[in-house]
Amino acid sequence: MGSIGQVTPQQMHFAEPLPLKSGARLADYTLVYETYGTLNAAKSNAVLVCHALNASHHVAGLDERGAVGWWDNLVGPGKPLDTDRFFVIGVNNPGSCFGSTGPMHVNPATGRIYGADFPVCTVEDWVDAQARLVTALGIDRLAAVVGGSLGGMQALAWTLRHPQRVQQCVAVATAPNLSAQNIAFNEVARRAIVTDPDFHGGHFYEHGVVPKRGLRVARMIGHITYLSDDAMEQKFGRELRAAELGYSTQEVEFQIESYLRHQGDKFSEYFDANTYLLITRALDYFDPAREHGGDLARAFAAARQNRFLLVSFTTDWRFSPARSREIVKALVDNRIAVSYAEIAAPHGHDAFLLEDPRYHGVMRACFEGLRDV
Amino acid sequence: MSERKDLEIIAGLVPEGSRVLDLGCGSGELLAWLKQHKGCTGYGVEIDDAGVLGCVQRGVDVIQLNLEEGLALFEDRSFDVVLQIDTLQHLRNTEKMLKETARVGRIGIVSFPNFAHWPNRVRVASGRMPVTKALPYEWYDTPNIRVGTFADFEVLATKCGLRVADAFGLQAGEVVRRWPNLRASVAVFKFERP
Repeated sequence: MGSIGQVTPQQMHFAEPLPLKSGARLADYTLVYETYGTLNAAKSNAVLVCHALNASHHVAGLDERGAVGWWDNLVGPGKPLDTDRFFVIGVNNPGSCFGSTGPMHVNPATGRIYGADFPVCTVEDWVDAQARLVTALGIDRLAAVVGGSLGGMQALAWTLRHPQRVQQCVAVATAPNLSAQNIAFNEVARRAIVTDPDFHGGHFYEHGVVPKRGLRVARMIGHITYLSDDAMEQKFGRELRAAELGYSTQEVEFQIESYLRHQGDKFSEYFDANTYLLITRALDYFDPAREHGGDLARAFAAARQNRFLLVSFTTDWRFSPARSREIVKALVDNRIAVSYAEIAAPHGHDAFLLEDPRYHGVMRACFEGLRDV
Repeated sequence: MSERKDLEIIAGLVPEGSRVLDLGCGSGELLAWLKQHKGCTGYGVEIDDAGVLGCVQRGVDVIQLNLEEGLALFEDRSFDVVLQIDTLQHLRNTEKMLKETARVGRIGIVSFPNFAHWPNRVRVASGRMPVTKALPYEWYDTPNIRVGTFADFEVLATKCGLRVADAFGLQAGEVVRRWPNLRASVAVFKFERP
């Protein structure tokens, strides 16, 4: 197994406006993407990888700054999603802050930076944007669409919006919608950003500032929910930063505080505040059953010809196995081909990004089993 | 069910083109056979990671689930056949599982080691627990938490209100219909909900 090595992102511009679920339109936008492996002559070996909250098109290999792709342990030559066999596409969603058109770009209608005026995008809107890119690459039908967490929602949405354009859906550590608790975490994160005095109603770019305090807190909250209680206990426990207690209310005393502050600081340096609001909203809004009277099985009736693999992790309390089982039930009710693996991993939600032989074994078997590729 | 021949005999009880749920499907050998030879469709249910992986490698649809948690994932009468091959003896709540099987499927097919097979009786009469091909474990390390006999199952099936459509023993790859409780190491029941 090897790495893909150096990869260079590409760009595609779309002049035709993208109609959004909200009724608004995204005019004149650009998508940044990377591809790995070679598209075969029949154009039948393409696999789309959808990214989650803070990731990007840089799925695998090394970018120009030497950063390793976020799913490099899964995607590469000889890896479970084998780039010797498949042509893998990673695409940055509109509204994100890694190159595709987003809130920090200029709104062609006003000549002003979008900021808070960037239209709200849903999971379905992203999938439609991705489908346009797939079309532009000359691909009618994807062998598979793969994603974890919010990326898993996009993979599911592909089978609902474009079922004839994809064979296999692989949705890892995901859910059919967010629970009230999940929306609550997102709302706390959003309030942290919006109430930061540097936010300026989302038009902070014009003021030459960044609402870093809000972003830091948002990231700290998020990070807590991505780890299991046990994983955090094992990694940090009650370990102190200094040898003795400092009896200070504001200084870092425990290692977990230091870790969260570090994660928050790092995040606030590269992530866009408006993007954070937009992406958490896309998470909140995803609910395919809603248009079918709350009946998830009816929603998935559209996907009768697709195949599914669902994977969850036992210690993931943000997207728990019970939520994946709801999806499995909806598929079984429709007699749809589905396999479901529930991996006993200790890491919580983050397990979907880690290398576990049981998890990667099932993923590999699924991709190897794809026919007509 | 290690014996290939036993597997084929049990597969013979499954009608052509059935929608099948195989509870405790292992690595999906039986379902793959039914798919290929009898045009069946459906899912396996398995708790073990290696079994789940084996199924995905074979192209058998499998759902990783602990059967002790019940079959809430499956609607009433949503399968033609529910299989419980060599599974029953591992489950704590045998009676509930049997009722769940009958709820979900039109036909249930169950097989398990028959504790009343004569070598077992001889062994128990000698004062020790049996260790045989069908019951290969010592009493202290067996995963079989329920040991029952051919005759015991008939009683339980009646208690659960199931109609036994067929019942026989398996011994060394052969069907045993005469005195199966004594002469067969494996008991096989095919039942229907009345």
